[in-house]
Amino acid sequence: MLAGKSVPAKTIEVCKKCTYSEIGKAVEAANDYDTVLVRKGTYKEVNILIDKPLVLKGENYPVIDGELKGEIITITSDDVTVDGLFIINVGTSYTVDYAAVRVIKSKNFLIQNLVLEKLFFGIYLEKSENGRVYHNNIIGDAEEEYNSGNGIQLWYSKNIEIEQNIISHVRDGIYLEFADDCIIKNNISSNNVRYGLHFMFSNNDIYSNNTFENNGAGVAVMFSKEIKMYNNVFRDNWGSAAYGMLLKEINDSEIMGNTFQENTVGINIEGSNRITYSNNDFIRNGWAIKSRGACYANLFTENNFLYNSFDLSYNSKLNDNKFEKNYWSNYAGYDLDKDGIGDVPYRPVKLFSYVVNRTPEAIILLRSLFTDIIDFSEKVSPVFTPDNLLDIQPKMKQIVHDRN
Amino acid sequence: MLKILKYSFYDLMRSRWSYVYFVFYLVLGFVLLFLNNNVSKAVITLMNVIIILVPLIGTIFGVMYYYNSKEFTGLLLAQPIKRSLIFLGQYLGVALSLSMSLIIGLGIPFILYGIFRSDAIWDFSLLLITGTFLTLIFTALSFNIALSNENRIKGFGYAILLWLFMAVIYDGIFLMSLMIFEDYPLDTFSLTATMFNPIDLSRVLILLKLDISALMGYTGALFQKFFGTNFGMFLSIGILILWVVIPAWFIERKANRKDF
Repeated sequence: MLAGKSVPAKTIEVCKKCTYSEIGKAVEAANDYDTVLVRKGTYKEVNILIDKPLVLKGENYPVIDGELKGEIITITSDDVTVDGLFIINVGTSYTVDYAAVRVIKSKNFLIQNLVLEKLFFGIYLEKSENGRVYHNNIIGDAEEEYNSGNGIQLWYSKNIEIEQNIISHVRDGIYLEFADDCIIKNNISSNNVRYGLHFMFSNNDIYSNNTFENNGAGVAVMFSKEIKMYNNVFRDNWGSAAYGMLLKEINDSEIMGNTFQENTVGINIEGSNRITYSNNDFIRNGWAIKSRGACYANLFTENNFLYNSFDLSYNSKLNDNKFEKNYWSNYAGYDLDKDGIGDVPYRPVKLFSYVVNRTPEAIILLRSLFTDIIDFSEKVSPVFTPDNLLDIQPKMKQIVHDRN
Repeated sequence: MLKILKYSFYDLMRSRWSYVYFVFYLVLGFVLLFLNNNVSKAVITLMNVIIILVPLIGTIFGVMYYYNSKEFTGLLLAQPIKRSLIFLGQYLGVALSLSMSLIIGLGIPFILYGIFRSDAIWDFSLLLITGTFLTLIFTALSFNIALSNENRIKGFGYAILLWLFMAVIYDGIFLMSLMIFEDYPLDTFSLTATMFNPIDLSRVLILLKLDISALMGYTGALFQKFFGTNFGMFLSIGILILWVVIPAWFIERKANRKDF
C-alpha cells in the first residue's frame, strides 16, 4: 500500500481557492500513486470514484457532505489509502446499499482515521483482499432495522484487519459475510440496533479484545467454523432476544478469556460442536449459558460463573458436553483434602431453570424458598435434568485468568 | 396512643428477646461479611435470609407479646382510654422495636465493613426497607390472629401456619397453577398473584435489583413495563403500604368489637 513511495509522485491539493476545488476532479486528474491532499473545508460531493492507486488524505478533517444523495467514495483499484476525512449524510435507499466508503474487488487498501456520521452503510468491502480498516469512528443514527445499514460490512473478502474502530448506533456494528481469515481487534461496538458483531459463513477469523456493549441483540456468530474469540467483553445486552453472544452452527472454535457481564443470556448455543470455552468470566447474567440443543463435544473448563441468576439451562435430557474445573459461585460443597477442588460434583442445571424454560412466567418465583426446595430435591436425585451433566472437579476459589 | 406505644416499646427494649434478636442479626451480619468478604455478595445472601426469617420472627413475636401482656391489657382497658389506641399502640411498639433490632443489628456490621463506600448501598437500604415492611405486616397479621383466638395454642398454631403458607405453600400453589395453565397468557395472573403475598412482593422488589437481566428475558409487555421501568418499584412499595394499613385497620376494628 505504500508502494507509491518508490515512484516519483506528486501531491495535488484540494481547497476552495486551489486549482482543484472539488475532490472528484482532483482524483480524476491525479496519476497513479499520487497523493490528493484535501485541506480543511466542506465539500458537497457524491460518487467520488477512485480507480487508480492513490492516497486520499484529509488535513484537519475536511468534511465531505453527501447531502443524502448517495454513495460518497468508491474504490475500484488496488493500493488505495483513504485517511483523515469526515464524511456525513450518506443517502438512504431501499434498493441500493449506499456506503460512505465502498471498496470493490481491490487489494492492499488502507482506510483509516475516518469519522462517519449520518450514514447508511459505513465502510463496505466487497470481494476485496489484504486490506486494513483502522481507527475509524462511525456514529450512525439508526432507529429501525429495515431502514438502516451496517457500520463495517465485509462481503466475500479475505485477509482484512479491522482494528481500533469505534462504532455505534448503526444496524450491525461489524458484519461479515463470506469473509475468511480476518482479524478484528480492539474495536468498540455499542448501542447498535441489532448486533455489535455479526458473522455469517465466515471461517478462520480471529476476534480479540473488542468490547460489545448494549447492543440490541449482542453478538451473533452463525454458520462458521474455526473462529477464535479471545478476551472480548460482552456487556449489558438486555431483552428477550438479546444475548452476549449467539452461537448458531459454529464448529471447531475457541472461546477464551472473554467477559460476559450482565446480559440477559451470556452465551446462547445452538447446534455448535467441538468448541472449547475456557478462562471466561460470566458475571451477573440472567443465564450464563443457554444450550438449545444439538450441541456435542463441547468443553467448558476453567471458567468463572459468578452470581448468575442461572448458570446453565438445557432443554433436553441428553448431554454430550464436558464441564471441568470451573468455579461456580453457587457451589456449596467442601474440600476436605485441601487440593482446591471440591469433593462433591456441582450440578449447574437447576430444576427451576427447566421450569422456566417451560413456563417463562415462572421467572417471577426466582429465589423463593419453594424453588430452593425443589432445586434441592432435584439436586439430590435428578429426574428432569440430565443425569450426567455435572462438574466433577469444581474449583473452590475463583480462577485468576492470565490475560494479555 | 403514644404513651402506650412508648410503654410497649420500652417494655420490649428491656426484655431479653429483643436483645437476642438484635444479637442474632449482629452475628449474622458479621458472619456473612466474614465468610463472603464482599459486601455485595453478603447483601444477596442476606436477602434470602430476611425474606424468610423476618416474617417468621414478626409473627411469633407478635402473638407471644399479645398473649403475655394480656393481663396488663385488661388493666388498661379498665382505664378511660380508647380501645383502638391501646391495641395500635401495642402493635406499633412491638413492630418498631423489632424493626429497630433488625436495622441496628444489620447496620452495625455493614457500616463497619464500609457499606457507605460500596456500590451496594442501594441494595442494602432496599433490604432494610423490605425487612421493616415485612416486620410491620407480619406483626399486624399476628395481632389479628391473637385477637381472634383466646386459646394460646390455637393462636400460635395459626400464626405458624400463616407463615408457612406465605413463605412456602403459596409459591407452591402459584407455580403449580402456572404450569397447569401454561397454554394461557399468564403475565397478568403472575403479577397479580405476587401482589397478594407480601413475601413474594418483597422478593420481587429485591429481584428488580438483583436479577433484572434475567427478568428482561421474558417477552410479555406487562412484564416489560413492570420490570423495565420504575413502575414496578413504585407499585410494589404502594402495595406493601396497603399490606400494612389494612391489617392495622383490622386490628382496630376487631379490638373495638371484641368482648373482653
